[in-house]
Amino acid sequence: MNSRSGTGYTGVPPWIYAIAAAGALFVLLPLVAMVAKVNWPQFIPLITSESSVTALGLSLRTSAASTALCIILGIPLALVLARSPFPGQRLLRAFVLLPLVLPPVVGGIALLYTFGRQGLLGKSLEVAGIQIAFSTTAVVLAQTFVALPFLVVSLEGALRTAGNRYELVAATLGARPTTVLRRVTVPLVLPGLASGAVLSFARSLGEFGATLTFAGSLEGVTRTLPLEIYLQRETDADAAVALSLVLVAVAVAVVGLSYGRRNAGARVEVQP
Amino acid sequence: MSITRKNVGTFLAAGTLAASLVGCASGAPGTAASSGTAASSGTASSTRTLTREITVFAAASLKATFTKLASDFEAKNPGTKVKLNFAGSSDLVTQITQGAPADVFASADTKNMTRLSDAKLVDGNATNFATNVLEIAVPPGNPASIASFADLGKPGVKVVVCAPQVPCGSAAETIETATGTTLKPVSEESSVTDVLGKVTSQEADAGLVYVTDISNAGDKVKGVPFPESDKAVNTYPIATVGASKNKELAQAFIGMVTSSEGKKVLNDAGFGTP
Repeated sequence: MNSRSGTGYTGVPPWIYAIAAAGALFVLLPLVAMVAKVNWPQFIPLITSESSVTALGLSLRTSAASTALCIILGIPLALVLARSPFPGQRLLRAFVLLPLVLPPVVGGIALLYTFGRQGLLGKSLEVAGIQIAFSTTAVVLAQTFVALPFLVVSLEGALRTAGNRYELVAATLGARPTTVLRRVTVPLVLPGLASGAVLSFARSLGEFGATLTFAGSLEGVTRTLPLEIYLQRETDADAAVALSLVLVAVAVAVVGLSYGRRNAGARVEVQP
Repeated sequence: MSITRKNVGTFLAAGTLAASLVGCASGAPGTAASSGTAASSGTASSTRTLTREITVFAAASLKATFTKLASDFEAKNPGTKVKLNFAGSSDLVTQITQGAPADVFASADTKNMTRLSDAKLVDGNATNFATNVLEIAVPPGNPASIASFADLGKPGVKVVVCAPQVPCGSAAETIETATGTTLKPVSEESSVTDVLGKVTSQEADAGLVYVTDISNAGDKVKGVPFPESDKAVNTYPIATVGASKNKELAQAFIGMVTSSEGKKVLNDAGFGTP
């Protein structure tokens, strides 16, 4: 922001900085407190234990899968919400954003009654020989459920900011809608899509409540890193703290990488 | 101060001279206006009784029984208030260690009580007041026809247990070793509640939980007792917390839990006697 206003005038009253500092401290202090609590001599053995590595691997794999699913489902959703007005659009947007504000446990219960053995779709799936409960698929579904709004919101914001002038031009030049989408729209909002995907990945990585409720907890199958931390906390606080730090580090790396790379990209709006 | 003097004036005018002066002296003008010295001292002691409040931190599995015992205790000792906080025993120990205001701690296992007493946060010795054993919980129809502990090891049966890190999980492991049955659980949950949830939602064919959880769950699950459960008996200790400001009342509450009346409430819920 500073670099953009060459005069040096920011328009921010000085007292705002004091409150902003308090706000930043509120977020940073607990992280500092956690780092201070880490048992450093034991740190490496704690985070390289078999169960920890398995949990981290599972977390990364499932988060990647759910991010892919978010992209596949989220691009069309964002396009429909941003480009073509239709009755009930506001309602649809509200429902798509619902997982942002729902407690994840509620999401887990809802998924259970959809894909569970006795659920809405679960019975038919079971007849077809597909069992979702207690499988890694269940973890991916839970993560996608909570992460999808992040992608949709980011992308919809980017689409609205970009406008549809270029698309109109392409269309008048004879490009078919699919070509316009592939050659004009998507390249134009790529930064917004990337930041949405990164946020979805980070959210998937931190998913806990829905997974616990819906997928269960078994090493190597459904016990992701947050679940492993929750379980370790019962017996080994040091291990829980060490693993928490790993999760923080991965999240910071993921989010930092994406935001660091593009400063002038499309606006990202995330609001529940 | 000026208001108090004004009140004194009012009372003087009403003609209850001595009584109102004593009333004001005890800091409660107005309340003790009509019935003299005896009443004012009565007021003082009853306000003290009202502040007689204890906070009991109890294991989640004690929710039903301790809620009943607490209201019985309040009924028997008018003017007392028992506040209850239920959570996993290890969470409660962490909370107390971090300074949460607890007067009584009732743990679901001796290990967590030892953690608290090792931290020098227990007043005196803990008393064992109940025991609990595992039982197999199945959905009402018992779809996988589970009749024994060995049935849980059959292929294709979806069993959910607690992770070995939590007490119910280590009990399950003990029984596995003792019976030579190897379970292949589809999930190892962090708490009994989560195990029970997987059974009540019929996601799992069977789960290993405590007897008391099954009697609490009502019609949603059916219990299948098995004789090998006595290989892993869980003992519940209770103690006064060292930092308690009301140890007398805390002791009285523990006395009630360990009395024959308390035992009856606990036994009705499925707990055993140590």
